[in-house]
Amino acid sequence: MEKIRRTKYKKDQVFWGYLFMLPTVAGLIILNIKPAIDTIIMSFSRSTGFGNMTFAGWANYQKLFADKEVWQSLLNTILYSVVSVPLIVVFSMLAAVLMNQKIKGLTLYRTLYILPVVAAPTAVAMIWKWLFNSQFGLINQLLAKVGIGPVNWLADPNTAIYTVIIVGVWSAIGYNMILLIAGLQEIPADYYESAELDGAGPVRQFFTITLPLVSPTLFFVVVTTIINAFQVFDSIFMMIKSSTDAMYKTQSLAYLFYKYSFILNDKGYGSAIVVVLLVVILIITAIQLKLQKKWVHY
Amino acid sequence: MKKNHMLVHVMLILGAVVMVVPFVWMILTSGKTLHESMMIPPTLWPKRFRWDNYSAVWAMLPFAKFYLNTLLLIVGRVFFSVATSAMAAYAAARLRFPGRNLFFSLVLIQMMIPSQIFITPQYMLAQKLGILDSTMGLILPGFVSAFGTFLLRQFFLKIPAELEESAVLDGASIWTIFFRIMLPLVRSGLIALGIFTALFAFKDLMWPLIATTSIEKTTLSAGLANLQGQYSTNYPQLMAGSLLAVWPMIVLFMIFQKKFIQGIATTGGKL
Repeated sequence: MEKIRRTKYKKDQVFWGYLFMLPTVAGLIILNIKPAIDTIIMSFSRSTGFGNMTFAGWANYQKLFADKEVWQSLLNTILYSVVSVPLIVVFSMLAAVLMNQKIKGLTLYRTLYILPVVAAPTAVAMIWKWLFNSQFGLINQLLAKVGIGPVNWLADPNTAIYTVIIVGVWSAIGYNMILLIAGLQEIPADYYESAELDGAGPVRQFFTITLPLVSPTLFFVVVTTIINAFQVFDSIFMMIKSSTDAMYKTQSLAYLFYKYSFILNDKGYGSAIVVVLLVVILIITAIQLKLQKKWVHY
Repeated sequence: MKKNHMLVHVMLILGAVVMVVPFVWMILTSGKTLHESMMIPPTLWPKRFRWDNYSAVWAMLPFAKFYLNTLLLIVGRVFFSVATSAMAAYAAARLRFPGRNLFFSLVLIQMMIPSQIFITPQYMLAQKLGILDSTMGLILPGFVSAFGTFLLRQFFLKIPAELEESAVLDGASIWTIFFRIMLPLVRSGLIALGIFTALFAFKDLMWPLIATTSIEKTTLSAGLANLQGQYSTNYPQLMAGSLLAVWPMIVLFMIFQKKFIQGIATTGGKL
């Protein structure tokens, strides 16, 4: 059948095809492809003032590999992702499974869980900063009642990144929960009915039916959550005081990129940092696409 | 069975409390005096709800401009990305022409790449075009959408071919088929993309920070960041500012809740 596939194109389809594609292709070239290439070129350049750049070879990368701040940021980024992603995935899945039951008040629960998703991240960060305030914040005051603290959530270099992680997890659950509920609803109800007849309990049902059947959606959630975690910026920028030890132990590669490119105005070095971020994300995404055959059931 | 439901409710309520308490605390704090907000132990209710925190931040920052700029950014991004993505997605899904697969792989690659890699050159482009500090500049990175093209393509692929074929037999041109027949059929996809685009335009922080320098030209999210820089310890005022920044999207979400949730749900396709 494949052999007799028409190879001739129809004139009007070719004409309209190109015309319809044109704005998007032009946009992608001007706004994405050329900028990506320019960023890579800039990463091999040195700024000479007034926006001029000269070729600098591997200088930025040599500096970068010897730069403790970059290594620390890479570590921070990895730590942020390794801790936040499993928490986001597990809590989103838990919320989705709970909301996939036939119980009263579902709409209200769903609404409340999505509130953080529709809130502006700057406002979210300020609200949490207030909650985490070491002297007057609600959290430390509650902890004091049970004899803990005071914890210096935002300024302690060893704690600040976990504070940012809490906010990141809180912000991301609602969105992924919605995606997973949609995935769960595609599972035919009779699978569960027959499992029940076989005497399988809810836990076994979850691992033998729910998890495998929702795995394509779960895979999407995992991949996008990891990519987002590696690009964490907003909460760090808003919550942690810049140029402190806490910032040094919290800042992500995306933050460091912003700092060098737009605060210190060293666009060459900033570009080298973001190229490293790109490479890290591509490697991780490639690994996941390989691993998916082991656990994703289409 | 009843017992199970109880457990489900307990867990869901616990989660809901964690989700909502920060917002409640924001509202309560925004009505307190500075002194009240720093009581140990904290008081729950403000003695008298102080609206002057709101008037104070409203006077400190040009919130009316923030609302307008954010609205224009959202409208612009939604309009351009939905229009360009719908056309490109239709071409990628339903028309046959040389280079189609190459085009689609371009779209897929863009989706995999972190957006920070584009930002510096996009900033330089905006500078060259003289559109920094303007609505056009804010919209710029969102004129087209690889994700939107990918998403809408899925919707176009689901439409049965017979519909198109009978229209062709009736002598309809491709433009007519696209505009009159296909677009109405993917309405839910267009709405989903619109909501997704609006939400992320609203939440975007790094680009407005970079692309605007004067405070009158910036958006809610980036403008609010200024408040913290200047008045970092007056929490009642910071909370009033936060509320001013979050209410529009929350109200929109409450009104169009069903569409919002459907919209979000459809953005999570299978890779």
